[in-house]
Amino acid sequence: MNSFVDQFSTHSPTAQLKRAQKLIAAEEDDYSDAAWGSQAGFGGMIKGIPAFKVPAVADPTAFLRLHTDDHADPNCRIKIQHGTTTLAFRFKGGVIVAVDSRATAGSYVASGTVKKVIEINPYLLGTMAGGAADCQFWETYLGMHCRLHELRNRERISVSAASKYLSNLVYSYKGMGLSMGTMICGWDKTGPAVFYVDSDGTRLKGDLFSVGSGSTFAYGVLDQGYRWDLTDEEAQELGRRSIFAAGHRDAMSGNTCNLYHVKEEGWDFIGNYDISKMYYEGPGDVPGAPGGGYGYAIRTEGRSAANPPPS
Amino acid sequence: MADMVSIPHSQPQQHQFNPYTENGGTILAIAGADFSVIAGDTRQSEGYSIQTRYAPKVFRLTDKAVLAVNGFAADGNMFVKKVRQRLEWYRHAHAKDMPIRAIARLIQTMLYSRRFFPYYVYNILGGIEEDGTGAVYSFDPVGSYEREACRAAGAAQSLVQPFLDNQIYFKNQTPAPGTSFPGHLSLSTVLSLVIDSFTSATERHIEVGDGLEMYIVLAKNSPSIQSLRDIRGMSELTATEDGERVFVVRRDLKKD
Repeated sequence: MNSFVDQFSTHSPTAQLKRAQKLIAAEEDDYSDAAWGSQAGFGGMIKGIPAFKVPAVADPTAFLRLHTDDHADPNCRIKIQHGTTTLAFRFKGGVIVAVDSRATAGSYVASGTVKKVIEINPYLLGTMAGGAADCQFWETYLGMHCRLHELRNRERISVSAASKYLSNLVYSYKGMGLSMGTMICGWDKTGPAVFYVDSDGTRLKGDLFSVGSGSTFAYGVLDQGYRWDLTDEEAQELGRRSIFAAGHRDAMSGNTCNLYHVKEEGWDFIGNYDISKMYYEGPGDVPGAPGGGYGYAIRTEGRSAANPPPS
Repeated sequence: MADMVSIPHSQPQQHQFNPYTENGGTILAIAGADFSVIAGDTRQSEGYSIQTRYAPKVFRLTDKAVLAVNGFAADGNMFVKKVRQRLEWYRHAHAKDMPIRAIARLIQTMLYSRRFFPYYVYNILGGIEEDGTGAVYSFDPVGSYEREACRAAGAAQSLVQPFLDNQIYFKNQTPAPGTSFPGHLSLSTVLSLVIDSFTSATERHIEVGDGLEMYIVLAKNSPSIQSLRDIRGMSELTATEDGERVFVVRRDLKKD
């Protein structure tokens, strides 16, 4: 028809839509007395993305890069934590997620106890590489929206949908300086699933990924030992061994390895393993581990000229 | 030849928006079984000149939470002011103090809302969890955070943290045969470690010194109160009847 009728009619589809929208908006604005002080946390964020304060300069991105990017200027003041090895792979028994726990700021080890696996909810895990805050914040935010999906649709969100939610979200900030390389792992109607999502907007479905400065070392071990029909114990050992290799050869990775196993009923935390300890003693009495240290100096003792037996 | 030294009338000028300064100083927090100690020196400097010998970096938020801020002092003070405002709103709405794990998440979202124009502030939050255990949360400038047992930040972080790793986590130490390391450190041990950390950092770092402020948060009916009895220069800051108690100890550090 025409816009004039649309504007003043009370029963046209447009008018009904407007009424519905008004109703929804009112519902969302209607905080109880107890809630108005709770703007803390994510309160009030459901309606959209939080408002970000941006510096009043011609090029805010250049401003941010000037003060935070340690590749452009190693002396810049705000050091964002970098350096990581994370991996995740799919196999018949589910998904194995293994990560290191080191955070570096320049050449300083800022922390050796970082939790690089983000527990989005009991059946979804996300990994952390790149900006620690970016991953932590947006994956927590993703967790809220996964819960909302459950409440609205009376079913769990698929790993594919969750990862696409995240990738669309970070894509809307493209070029603004977000830095994240993450794997969204879980088990849904389709079985075990792993999606790689990064801040460039890339989203890939796959069986096996490794992300971070130590990823090349992890891939070396992972590719060599990977099979679809790995047993649970073999798969866990492969994840642990790959992170060990990266922690050993990449200066920016190390300290400890956190291991998770996603099964049909949700994820399980398998354990935390000290990488230096694994060199000498291995992961301890763990199913799948061959026993003994992973370090080649330990394995080859007395069997090469460079490493003679102790006299 | 004179032409070669001619000064052009209009040189190209570059403008840069640099709102940040580094104001030195160091902060530190250690969590015990039923207490938490949050400390900072009080020197504020810019480059090689000392602006003031008493600029607090540690602030009582509630009776169960204390926040230490380090980095750019102006950002730090503004940030603490805004956190306190949000905690007051919470108090008015819920008639209780915000639990520390909620304060930690609040600080994350507040820092992250400035993701594209960050507060140049390293935060350490210490206090008592709802279950009565001592807690320390440390943050980076854009809001990533982690609960830990101890953390040093600021100018002398790289001097103090290795000492803490050795004395708190017993890193690179092996217990004597037949013995084991204590599971939890006592308050008096922790206070000595904090004082030693700051006197040593003062000796070896030019931006640390002048004064030391140590905040001590005790859980309800904590027996650790015994070790506070003979501490010199202590005063109590507790404001509510909730049970948790906050104390501050002020000490001098070398002023050169």
